[in-house]
Amino acid sequence: MENENKIRQTNSDIINEAAQSEYKYGFVTDVETHIIPKGLNEDVVRYISGYRNEPEWLLEFRLKAFRHWQTLKMPRWAHLNIPEIDYQDISYFAAPKTKSDGEAKEIDPEIKKTFDKLGIPLEEQMRLSGMAVDAVMDSSGVKTMYRERLAEMGIIFCSFSDAVKDYPDLVKKYLGKVVPYTDNFFAALNSAVFSDGSFVYIPKGVRCPMELSTYFRINASGTGQFERTLIVADDESYVSYLEGCTAPMRDENQLHAAIVEIIVEDRAEVKYSTVQNWYPGDKDGNGGIYNFVTKRGLCRGDYSKLSWTQVETGSAITWKYPSCVLKGDNSVGEFYSVALTNNYQQADTGTKMIHLGKNTRSTIVSKGISAGHSQNSYRGQVKVVASATNCRNYTQCDSLLLGSTCGAHTFPYIDCQNDSSVVEHEATTSKINEEQIFYCNQRGISTEDAVGLIVNGYAKEVMAKLPMEFAVEAQKLLSVSLEGSIG
Amino acid sequence: MNALRQYIDLYKSNRQAIEAHAPAAMNALRAEALEVLEQTHLPRRGEENYEVSDIDEMYAPDYGVNVNRVELSADAAEAFRCDVPNMSTWMYFFFNDVFRASRKSPSLPSNVVVEPFSEAAKNHPELLSRYLGSVAPHSDARVALNTLLGQDGLLVYVPKNVVLERPIQLVNIMNAGGPIMAVRRLLVVIGENAQAQMLVCDHTQNLEHQFLVNQVVEIVAEANAHFDYYDIEESTEKTSRTTSHYVKQAAGSNVLINGITLTNGVTRNDYVVSVDGEGAETQLYGMAIEGGTQRIDNYTHISHNVGHCKSNELFKYVLDDQSVGGFTGRILVAEGANKIEAYQSNRNVVATDTAKVHTKPQLEIYCDDVKCSHGTAIGQLDQDAIFYMQARGITKEEARTMLMQAFMSDVIDTVRMESLKNRLQRLVEKRFCGQLHQCVDCSNSCRDVVMGDK
Repeated sequence: MENENKIRQTNSDIINEAAQSEYKYGFVTDVETHIIPKGLNEDVVRYISGYRNEPEWLLEFRLKAFRHWQTLKMPRWAHLNIPEIDYQDISYFAAPKTKSDGEAKEIDPEIKKTFDKLGIPLEEQMRLSGMAVDAVMDSSGVKTMYRERLAEMGIIFCSFSDAVKDYPDLVKKYLGKVVPYTDNFFAALNSAVFSDGSFVYIPKGVRCPMELSTYFRINASGTGQFERTLIVADDESYVSYLEGCTAPMRDENQLHAAIVEIIVEDRAEVKYSTVQNWYPGDKDGNGGIYNFVTKRGLCRGDYSKLSWTQVETGSAITWKYPSCVLKGDNSVGEFYSVALTNNYQQADTGTKMIHLGKNTRSTIVSKGISAGHSQNSYRGQVKVVASATNCRNYTQCDSLLLGSTCGAHTFPYIDCQNDSSVVEHEATTSKINEEQIFYCNQRGISTEDAVGLIVNGYAKEVMAKLPMEFAVEAQKLLSVSLEGSIG
Repeated sequence: MNALRQYIDLYKSNRQAIEAHAPAAMNALRAEALEVLEQTHLPRRGEENYEVSDIDEMYAPDYGVNVNRVELSADAAEAFRCDVPNMSTWMYFFFNDVFRASRKSPSLPSNVVVEPFSEAAKNHPELLSRYLGSVAPHSDARVALNTLLGQDGLLVYVPKNVVLERPIQLVNIMNAGGPIMAVRRLLVVIGENAQAQMLVCDHTQNLEHQFLVNQVVEIVAEANAHFDYYDIEESTEKTSRTTSHYVKQAAGSNVLINGITLTNGVTRNDYVVSVDGEGAETQLYGMAIEGGTQRIDNYTHISHNVGHCKSNELFKYVLDDQSVGGFTGRILVAEGANKIEAYQSNRNVVATDTAKVHTKPQLEIYCDDVKCSHGTAIGQLDQDAIFYMQARGITKEEARTMLMQAFMSDVIDTVRMESLKNRLQRLVEKRFCGQLHQCVDCSNSCRDVVMGDK
């Protein structure tokens, strides 16, 4: 009941807020930042590794990745118009400066203010909402909440650099096992220069009592962000993980190339939710983040389950395919996505469901919304190998078009190699029904609000999969992102 | 490996012979085709849209080409008896890639042209120079290769306001004493308000040798023209075929294409339709019944360049044994092409755990006022339905056949020639019972026709 009231409250908030700003996270925090000069070579890789006092094996991993990256070409197969990126014109490392090592534990008040503005209070409020947060600003982990309390249960939740120091064996065991550095161009780049991110390990039989959350923020200009997340859910464990991203408004394009690796063991379940709201550029398509992310989970154990939920409203260009490799028998993969593009945004996003185990099941629900001059593509692969008998896949991908100059595209790849599996794909593309808008108009709802209502209703199936706190934020985002796209 | 090289070399060393036996309108296009081919390669497996077919591999064997147009002593037209009951057609033949008219055919209406390019070059040179190569682009390497090596083709021209009362039938027969490649071309122009139907039957009469067929079909449908095109392939496991259909539709035209693959070796069909006039309707259908190591790969691309048009696509496969099926469909709705209704569907029954399907139904839409949908499904026959029939005394085999027959009936029902529809139903039934091998049903004597004998 209380939740219902909260949602009702939120709906009226949406209408109020829809009239307000375009991108409310577009501020810059004035923090002294440690940035290395632009350019990428082995010395930079060694510097990043050295700065973090990394062990030899990790440096070796980075160098191997870097050497491999040099042999690769930027992929051009996506339905995206990506301008030439000068990889030597980016600074590969930026970290908020700490006064001295002794004070490092104390969080800089400016950074704290930043996260307060984002609605991510790092201290008191978080205790109330019962959520553990790991905040990453530019390339560095800033603060991890509740680390001690979780540690009592055996749960490891810390920044990636801490994990390398404190749990080198675990990191070494799992790093690069799901997304090897040879996977693709951006994975290789990330593996060479990744700076920080989150590491999560849920031990056997433990159900993580709170949502784990990471907020990513690009702050410094002229830099790229390359974080890396590694989640390991041991047998019969459960964790729900949230990820949010924002960046300041700038008229330059900034590169974000992250990797998320998830390993799910026997009967374990991981739920990974993303609300991606990087700065999308202004209404003429200037600036914005290039979001080239490799996310993949391996359902290694039998009866394991991995669920991806994403709400994508930001970024100038999105290139992202959170995938499930269903290796364990009876494992389950899910992908729920809302991707909204406006103005000159471009998105090529979807998923891959690779069925390797018997009786594996996957569900894909993708809702694309295009407005303005944007291009929004769903690209997904469902592959069932010969030995993966009795598999089931259901894919639904709908596109909603708002405006005559935007584009919505669907590129599914379906591959089935045995006779006991059933694979289905359904897709529709249409614009908002005029009768529905007319119906709302008759009842005193303006066209813009009506579109907001209809879009939220259209996306509800996915929103319902998000944890409560995120659902509210995501709903607001949809309305704000659509602002000015009607009429 | 570059399979293309051998054909370029073959052209270069036999250029004079090739050009001597071909009309000027065809020779005029060769230079450009050669230029394109020198820069390109035939698509290989793994390239985008070639997940199932390896065109390079299909063209790799050393096929001969009948550049000197050796005459065949056996009269194909006499030997061939197509027994579609109650169907009377204007019948024409390609024996490999050499044209033969049927002597029995009734005469055409006076202003309708159905002639090989060699004759059309004399009688209607303006038609050839105007339309030949106007729809199929050389950027497609198989089209360029067809232009480079082709020496004859069939021109079908139905002038303005003419409604043909019976179908035009083209029978392609492959047979030779060694592995050869047939290079065929078909150019169809349906004038304003004209209506026509065409049936193309592909047969291979030789079980022994490998054959390769390179076909290019160009179809121009002028304003308000109606055209039905049925293509039935009944070849052998040793026959490879690539057919590139290129279609251009003007306002109000209605084109139906149905590609039926009953028996084959490796087949790749491309259907590229450009809809350039409002109010046009496009229907693309296809079905394939595959067994053994057969492969079928259909690629469709419908470009809706203007608004107020409809298109419908339905492709159904039954895949048995180690067969492989591929489907790539793409519907493109250009910016400003509002009020498009486009539907695309691909359904597959996988009957064994060694058969494979790869399907890619795609939508690419650049404007908002459209209704588009696509769907695909890969599944099996309904076990409950089989059990239901078994419980009523129908054998399992029969029950399976009935269900598969029913599965295919959607595609067969789209045929707008009653006699052909009935015939297809029987052919499909026989194919499912395993009784149908290459062209048994087309003629009881055609198997005996061997080049050079008699």
